Amino acid sequence: MLYREAGDFKTSYVDDSQTFPIKFDRWRYYAVLAVAFLVVPFVINDYWANAVLLPFLIYAIAAIGLNILTGYCGQVSLGTGGFMAVGAYACYKLMTAFPDVNITFHIIAAGFITAAVGVVFGLPSLRIKGFYLAVATLAAQFFLVWLFNRVSWFYNYSASGQINAPERQLFGVNITGPNTEAWATYLFCLVFVVASAWIARNLTRGALGRRWMAIRDMDIAAEIIGVNPLSAKLTAFAVSSFFVGISGALFFAVYLGAVEVGEAFGIQKSFLVLFMIIIGGLGSIFGSFAGAAFMVLLPVLLKNTLVGGLGWPTDLAAHIEFMIVGILIMTFLIAEPHGLAQLWRLAKEKLRLWPFPY
Amino acid sequence: MSDTLIFAMEVTLNGLMAGVLYALVALGFVLIFKASGIFNYAQGVMALFAAMTLVGIMDGQVPFAHLINAIFGTKVHHFGWHVPALAAIALTMLVMIALAWAVNRFVMRFLVNTEPIILFMATIGLAYFLEGFGDLMWGADIKKLDVGLPQGINETIDEVTFGMFGYGFFIDNLDIVASIIAALLVAALVAFSQYTKQGRALRAVADDHQAALSVGISLNFIWVLVWSIAGFVALVAGIMWGAKSGVQFSLSLIALKALPVLMLGGFTSIPGAIVGGLIIGVGEQLFEFLLGPALGGATENWFAYVLALVFLVFRPQGLFGEKIIERV
Repeated sequence: MLYREAGDFKTSYVDDSQTFPIKFDRWRYYAVLAVAFLVVPFVINDYWANAVLLPFLIYAIAAIGLNILTGYCGQVSLGTGGFMAVGAYACYKLMTAFPDVNITFHIIAAGFITAAVGVVFGLPSLRIKGFYLAVATLAAQFFLVWLFNRVSWFYNYSASGQINAPERQLFGVNITGPNTEAWATYLFCLVFVVASAWIARNLTRGALGRRWMAIRDMDIAAEIIGVNPLSAKLTAFAVSSFFVGISGALFFAVYLGAVEVGEAFGIQKSFLVLFMIIIGGLGSIFGSFAGAAFMVLLPVLLKNTLVGGLGWPTDLAAHIEFMIVGILIMTFLIAEPHGLAQLWRLAKEKLRLWPFPY
Repeated sequence: MSDTLIFAMEVTLNGLMAGVLYALVALGFVLIFKASGIFNYAQGVMALFAAMTLVGIMDGQVPFAHLINAIFGTKVHHFGWHVPALAAIALTMLVMIALAWAVNRFVMRFLVNTEPIILFMATIGLAYFLEGFGDLMWGADIKKLDVGLPQGINETIDEVTFGMFGYGFFIDNLDIVASIIAALLVAALVAFSQYTKQGRALRAVADDHQAALSVGISLNFIWVLVWSIAGFVALVAGIMWGAKSGVQFSLSLIALKALPVLMLGGFTSIPGAIVGGLIIGVGEQLFEFLLGPALGGATENWFAYVLALVFLVFRPQGLFGEKIIERV
């Protein structure tokens, strides 16, 4: 009833091309932002922050990044874990090398460094495509993880081979290190998520995003109508890696605090983020959020029901989780290749006409 | 002869043996890819699953013992019998055929005519499912697989090389057996695809799905057949790797080792898989031997990929692959 475009008159082109053309959607978006910024920080506790909200926010950034590359530009990458590691280690090196600079700049700089690395590993995409490229990005994954594991300069020659986030503050509040408050880290990540989503949304509906999508839909045709595949593919790699790098930096500095590269940024992480965008929806910013939420919540829910509720052993729950994730991936690819985002879109279409569909 | 050269020769020989095992896994990929255009990421997990099933059957484990115990509060683990190796291998093969059928019936049938990359991602999902399923069925602990293959240092080679260079080469008997079995397997596969009716049908499907359908070849049957053969190759690979390093999760990672082999050799070529496997096997061992210490060791994690990557930039279809022709 409320969800109508009738009566919502657009009087300028700007109005016409806005992200949320329906008034109800717009208000819903403001309401979600208001709740996220004004309500959640007051009710949050450590369990919710560490088990659900922080991983959700951080993975959402990574999923947005991978979605730009895979969903919008059509270049499948299995190197997300490696690029997250670049972000994390770049952030660590910057944090320890310039302790006086604000942590925010370190994280953004880590994003730019990752973007540069992403461009280097994106170069083969000009020659090879499809799953040849997917396999080629595995080279980035293995090489980068090995690099951070073996070259001790990256972890400042620490004996354990781990990197530990030193304590850093923003406006006098601890953001990283052992003594952080749940609300502070949550808000810090939230700002990055909102900024990333805003940038990504506006990039993907602008000229750059159209070039990416042209390449995705058919690269030869795109080239013929004047899209430069070199610049389109490499910008996709750069922008995607930028977001992935930021999420890696946050993952290390704010969420985990201490990282061992093979464990935190292994090949499993690449698959996890890939699953997020498959389940969430390829080529959709909302889908990145939905997928990240889904993949973060699923293990928590399973663990709570199977281990907490039924009293089964943890390893059993872990095996069942693997099976369910596998089944879900296959089901989504068969039944709804555009993921949760498409279901959401369909629901909105239906809602427009509800309750009088004729 | 200098020591370094002799060591390098030993490393090369060992690399060749490892390469044969890579080629064995890569073969499974090539078979499925040729016949159905599916790049089967789950091949490594299939090898793990086959090896787990084999051990489970041989030891008389109760399938899903863990789950049953958790639900009913019972304490069942073993049936208490031991199945001889050959019978267990036959039973495992039946399980792999059932798996092949199920994969086609419930997954691949619905994905006909989708993009290759979607199929690839579906097989990643399949890999996850199988991994969880295998662990759930047989337990995730590290198992020992012993089907009576010879193991340990080969005395003859040790003695002969000692006589020649004053230094005995260390070559594992198991590696020699694996190479022989791999060679036999390849010969059998080639014979199968060249001289039998089903093999010809298989090649027809690989060539052109629609033309094959129109002359009366059942696609469903061929796909089940192909996945079964891939299951068989996975079983052989699982036995070899399982006997070498125990049946455990890391076994499924050999799929990741086989990917660069495929890129190097070409996705569509059986000889390519073998040559690629040998190049990667020797290359990574020699690289680790010559430059590994200078670079900090463990280079074999990425060397194969970087080699394949560099190679692809110059020859995107691999060594023996069919030339990629793009039509608009």
